Amino acid sequence: MNANAIHLTALDYSILAIYIIVVIGIGFVLKRHMKSASDFLLSGHAIPVWVTGLAFLSANLGAQEVIGMAASGAKYGIMTSQFYWVGAIPAMLFLAVFMMPFYFGSRARSVPEYLALRFDEKTRGLNAAAFAVMTVASSGASLHALAALLHLLLGWNYNISLIATSIVVLAYVLKGGLSSAIYTEVLQFFLIVLGFSPLVIIGLNDLGGWSGMVSKLNDPMFTHSWKYVDTTNNPMGVEWFALVFGLGFVLSFGYWCTDFLVIQRAMAAKTMGDARRTPIIAAVPKMLFPFIVIVPGMIALALMKSGSGYSIPNGVTGETDYNLVIPSLIAHYLPTGLLGLAMTALMASFMSGMAGNVTAFNTVWTYDIYQSYIASGKSDSHYMWMAKFATVAGIIISIGFAYVAKNVDNIMDFLQLVFGFVNAPVFATFLLGMFWKRATGHGAFFGLLSGTLAAVIFHGMSTPMPLTPGETIPWIKGAWLGAHFTYTSSMAQNFWLAIVAWSVCFSMTIIISLATKRTRTDEELKGLVYSLTPKIKEANEPTWLRPGFLAVVVLAIAVILNIIFW
Amino acid sequence: MDFDLRYPIGILFSAYGIILTAFGAVTNGTDIYKKSLGDNINLQWGIVLLVFGFFMLGLAIRAKKSSNSKES
Repeated sequence: MNANAIHLTALDYSILAIYIIVVIGIGFVLKRHMKSASDFLLSGHAIPVWVTGLAFLSANLGAQEVIGMAASGAKYGIMTSQFYWVGAIPAMLFLAVFMMPFYFGSRARSVPEYLALRFDEKTRGLNAAAFAVMTVASSGASLHALAALLHLLLGWNYNISLIATSIVVLAYVLKGGLSSAIYTEVLQFFLIVLGFSPLVIIGLNDLGGWSGMVSKLNDPMFTHSWKYVDTTNNPMGVEWFALVFGLGFVLSFGYWCTDFLVIQRAMAAKTMGDARRTPIIAAVPKMLFPFIVIVPGMIALALMKSGSGYSIPNGVTGETDYNLVIPSLIAHYLPTGLLGLAMTALMASFMSGMAGNVTAFNTVWTYDIYQSYIASGKSDSHYMWMAKFATVAGIIISIGFAYVAKNVDNIMDFLQLVFGFVNAPVFATFLLGMFWKRATGHGAFFGLLSGTLAAVIFHGMSTPMPLTPGETIPWIKGAWLGAHFTYTSSMAQNFWLAIVAWSVCFSMTIIISLATKRTRTDEELKGLVYSLTPKIKEANEPTWLRPGFLAVVVLAIAVILNIIFW
Repeated sequence: MDFDLRYPIGILFSAYGIILTAFGAVTNGTDIYKKSLGDNINLQWGIVLLVFGFFMLGLAIRAKKSSNSKES
């Protein structure tokens, strides 16, 4: 795709301008509610549950997710929906039913703070520092991706796009804090659904409906999610065990059940019941999202195969750039008017992705790093000031990361690799922390470190493709300690890496815990560990509103979707 | 918090609905719809957005009325 591949008219610009006015307006309206640091950082438990639910979903639905899932749809077909139906849904339901009571019910204001209460300061410090770096880095990556895309599609100046976007985000986050971020995430959710659906509708019409698309794809591997996973001979190169245990359990539970970015949304709910219903409400649109984000990739591939003249464009390297699936379909199908709406949806999701990261960053910075290690016991207005300062700083650091991403080749691949090492074992720590009262601080801390170390070593010993003797691959892909484990795709390598890291963390945490003394008494662990926490009384809620009941219903629907697209 | 998100959602999508429906009506039958397979997608989707926007505004207004009547 060339510069100016998409031409926006005054109408399209006005659609974008209206969105920016509305989000900044929301920030200004919310400003008068921001009276304390906890209003600003935690929204003071005042957000209705349908809003926290949709924000929980949207916080993860950055533009990279939308663009990346469409790219995967074109590369792997409907199998990509495994990330939703096997990956996200069970993890979100587990969080709702089993884990949310400990996050919301304890005095913790953040996920790292839960670790401080449950284990000790060093475990919190490790988690908080890793999380703070990850959020600003991904905020920077998102900013870079947006500016690069706007430059490519619309011919906009990279620097101006980057700064203008940052200013918009800064304007509404600085005014309304977490509440602003949450409310605009919900706006973004509706924009994505209503902005991208026409693309799917027109595309499927063009291809002669779903069956027309299936026949034009002419490859059953692209239209079945489970049928070909008995071996690695499928587009993802992953067999069922790596898929279910690596993706479905380790990676998905690790993300959805421990990442403060999403959990912060649920913790802003008004009551325990609402906090637990937040991920369940999110799960309903989540399981339907493949139709909006993955199907466009399949449409693009089918269009290419049918010889319509459309093709997925090449990127700067001259190879097919699957990340351009969504933008190229927008350019292909949408006339001015809807074009503006779809482009606004795309930009909105970049901005809210950034706002989400910044609001998670400023909370962890202010409470888990600044208040815990730098300046404790200050006044609320002092922390309020620090929270605002962290918001500005977070955005400035994001801009810095964006330029690093632009100028240093592969830096983002490298960071993603490092974050993968850090994140892979983390669910073992939380699982043992919440369900085994004997787990100790030393066990958790050194268990986490050994899990991360195992991930690094495993990366060095594995290769994402079969190698002939003497053949080498760039170290960033693995095998720098020799190719001892051979996989057929980097996805398979990544899933196995997660399985190894999790298993090492899980067993090391148990071994070290048994060898060390408990530092927390039963009384201190009340509300933090399952066996020591009184059962939640739900008697005042009707059965159909109870999290357990709702979770079973949602799970049943997810199973049905898996069967339909078997 | 007395902030009801349904107002901004309703206002945003009603505005989009009005703009797209009006633009679609004016440009009906022109070449710009060759891309979208000849369908006047602006008009059609504009109506969808308008219905959604009005629905959200309706919910917000109804909620406000019921909370007002409770107070009095």
